Amino acid sequence: MPQYSLNVNGAKKTVDVDDDTPLLWVLRDNLQLTGTKYSCGVGICGTCVVHINGHAERSCSVYVRDAADKDILTIEGLAENPGHPIFKAWIDQEVSQCGYCQPGQIMTLAALMNENPKPTEQQIEDTMSGVLCRCGTYPRIKKAIDKLVNGEVK
Amino acid sequence: MINFEKQSRRDFIKVCSLSAGGLFLAAYVPAANIFSKPGDDPTIFSPSAYIKIDSNGIVTVFVHRTEMGQGVQTSLPMIVAEELEVNWESIRIEQADADEKYGSQSTGGSWSIRRSFDPFRVAGATAKEMLITAAAAKWGISVSDCYAENGFVISKTNGKKFSYGKLVTDAAKLPVPQNVKLKDPKDYKIIGKRVKRLDTPAKLYGTAKFGIDVVVPGMVYAAVKRSPTFEGTVISFNDAKSKAISGVLNVVQIKSGVAVIADSTWNSFKGTDALDVQWDPGPHTNVNNESIRNLFSEKLDTEGTEVEKIGNPDSVNKDSLTSLDAIYEMPFLAHAPMEPVNCVADVKANKAEIWAPTQNPQGLQRAIANLLGLKNEDVIVHVTLLGGGFGRKSHSDFGLEAAEISKAVGKPVKLTWTREDDMKHGQFRPASTHKLTGAVDKNGRAVLFSHHVIMPSIRAQLSGNSPKEPGDFDIVDGTRNLPYRIPNIKISATNVFTPVPLWYWRAVYNSQNPFIVESFIDELASAAGKDPIEFRLQMMDPESRLTNVLKLVKEKSNWNRKLPEGSGRGVAVAACYGSFSAQVAEVTVKNNRIKLDNFVCAIDCGIVINPDTVEAQMEGAIVFAITAALKGEIIIRNGGVASGNYDDYPIMDYSEMPTVETYIVKNDLPVGGVGEVGIAASTPAFINAIYNATGKRIRKLPVKLV
Repeated sequence: MPQYSLNVNGAKKTVDVDDDTPLLWVLRDNLQLTGTKYSCGVGICGTCVVHINGHAERSCSVYVRDAADKDILTIEGLAENPGHPIFKAWIDQEVSQCGYCQPGQIMTLAALMNENPKPTEQQIEDTMSGVLCRCGTYPRIKKAIDKLVNGEVK
Repeated sequence: MINFEKQSRRDFIKVCSLSAGGLFLAAYVPAANIFSKPGDDPTIFSPSAYIKIDSNGIVTVFVHRTEMGQGVQTSLPMIVAEELEVNWESIRIEQADADEKYGSQSTGGSWSIRRSFDPFRVAGATAKEMLITAAAAKWGISVSDCYAENGFVISKTNGKKFSYGKLVTDAAKLPVPQNVKLKDPKDYKIIGKRVKRLDTPAKLYGTAKFGIDVVVPGMVYAAVKRSPTFEGTVISFNDAKSKAISGVLNVVQIKSGVAVIADSTWNSFKGTDALDVQWDPGPHTNVNNESIRNLFSEKLDTEGTEVEKIGNPDSVNKDSLTSLDAIYEMPFLAHAPMEPVNCVADVKANKAEIWAPTQNPQGLQRAIANLLGLKNEDVIVHVTLLGGGFGRKSHSDFGLEAAEISKAVGKPVKLTWTREDDMKHGQFRPASTHKLTGAVDKNGRAVLFSHHVIMPSIRAQLSGNSPKEPGDFDIVDGTRNLPYRIPNIKISATNVFTPVPLWYWRAVYNSQNPFIVESFIDELASAAGKDPIEFRLQMMDPESRLTNVLKLVKEKSNWNRKLPEGSGRGVAVAACYGSFSAQVAEVTVKNNRIKLDNFVCAIDCGIVINPDTVEAQMEGAIVFAITAALKGEIIIRNGGVASGNYDDYPIMDYSEMPTVETYIVKNDLPVGGVGEVGIAASTPAFINAIYNATGKRIRKLPVKLV
């Protein structure tokens, strides 16, 4: 089996997997970074979003060979700063219910706000519509984002 | 959420009245076992199955119900903390394994708080009283000269205090007091407050452990290929291509299909894809949505079994009345939780250890014990967090598969269902057809309401018995005891057997019957030329809790405010799971595209533990119900489920979400459920709003405007 070198959350990791293995399963099964979730497996639901070279990508739909040597950030990496404004906003609004999709929601928003700290409502809607939530936390996600964009999260 | 725990009102009162004495005591660890095992920390005080207090004053609450997003890991400890008089910061929780000492652990039917409010209050109050007694003895003063506050017992005579931690050793030696006094709700400091959820940080930081995240040493990974048709069976299989995949370790046939065991989840998925199975498709290959719909339609001209009758519904003279007839149709629905079902099982010769995202740990324990020929106590079931449940995860199928595979390979196994497995091989909310007949008189009052429910019954499918007596028909839940004084009412039911596996879906029959009822009431209001709220109110008990929430939602929604062209509003009420809700939906329809604008929701659920959670549940229920109303339909084709992923069973996204305003009635009435009542009212409010906006009456879900 081929060996791949991955830069995950600032650390270099080497994995021995087939080249068609999705990054999602490398993170979850090989590196035990289980904060990145599996749900649809085909890039529809967004629960598996991670950052690759700073961009939000659906890790279920990225082959390990295409992620090799790139900078990968997972929710665990983002949470190395538990005071990140997104976490604060999510806690303030008590967003999560079951919580399963929240890493995908947060990573998706984090990538958007890294690129553009003041996204328009349309940009937010276009981006966040890509992450599904079955519990119905959308109204609170919206409130949390409004607070973040308006600089109301201390 | 689930009906199998259903109790009559009378049973509920019986449980409540027992809970201060008999039932609650059944949950006690006997005094002699307060130190549960020799060698345990002798300073741990564990006065009941639910609470443990250590010498540092840390209170551990054992949460015996499953956390699936509804907040039970926070709301149950809130109840204990209130009566125990401790700071919220000293509360920890531990998710309880399956154990009969807790009573029922089944998380469904919106029962978790309703069933636990009394026992958890008594547990907290009992522990507090024992701690006070221990302190009084140390000081040599009367118990009545002491009180408890913030984790301390304080002497009224000299102001001295002992922390709970300093008292636990003595308290543990005391007899357990009976009939302890509970707090007056007006003195509550924690119950009724917006306490932050204990499970939130871990869920945000990616450290929360769901079933799918469990890892145990030596674990292998499995996936299962199951029959594409209902009741199909394996004739033979060729595993050559599977075994050629690197990482595939083994292929074994199990009851439900063929399992591929591999060194990773991905390789187990690849292995099942490559597996060549020859299926006997079984007897149902001609079954599809249309054939099932026809089965229902054939019953439309039959009478059904009468389950409720008021007045003389069959002999109403309609000459001077405006009468209405309508047929309503509902589809099969999947639960589709974001976390597909999965389970880790480690089966050994004489014991098994299971980690499962289960809503029904004791049911799973019994099922696996039965499968393996073990005693219940030799099957340890650890309950993980659930990435959504909605009823699906109260089934034992996924746990049984994992146990069967682990036994076959002699190793711990993590079984993961793919999204497609979860969609195709689960169980479904039944489809149904409903025949409605009604009439209004010249004064605009309803004088006839007749409802024939034609639906496959979950209970009948599970038992294999056709319902005969009126009480056998679970499918009429949500149709009887209408809140409206209508002189002639008839409710009847017909069960139809189909091969589509059925199961409890959030709100069960209350996910569909109240929609039919409240839509048809809206039709009658329209026929009567009346405002939908006034039409309802004139038929309702003016003193009832339902009337109160309807009036509240009328006020809060600014019901008589003029809406812009193309917009409309609809109302509906629901009384179920011990709670009462009224909702007003506002929508805008342009070019046959529906935009959800706003939902205003009033709820009376008695004593409120955490208002933030109640609001979250109402928001969630609306998304869940409106997702189904707008998009939800499981496609049955050639005797199996054709729907496979979120592309053909879509769920509402961020851009489609309406705003939601929730107004909670404050009172001290018995605790009601909040997980499901919101489902019942939101679909009819939404559909009635579409009617108000467009004049189009939707009688078949999911909504299709063209």
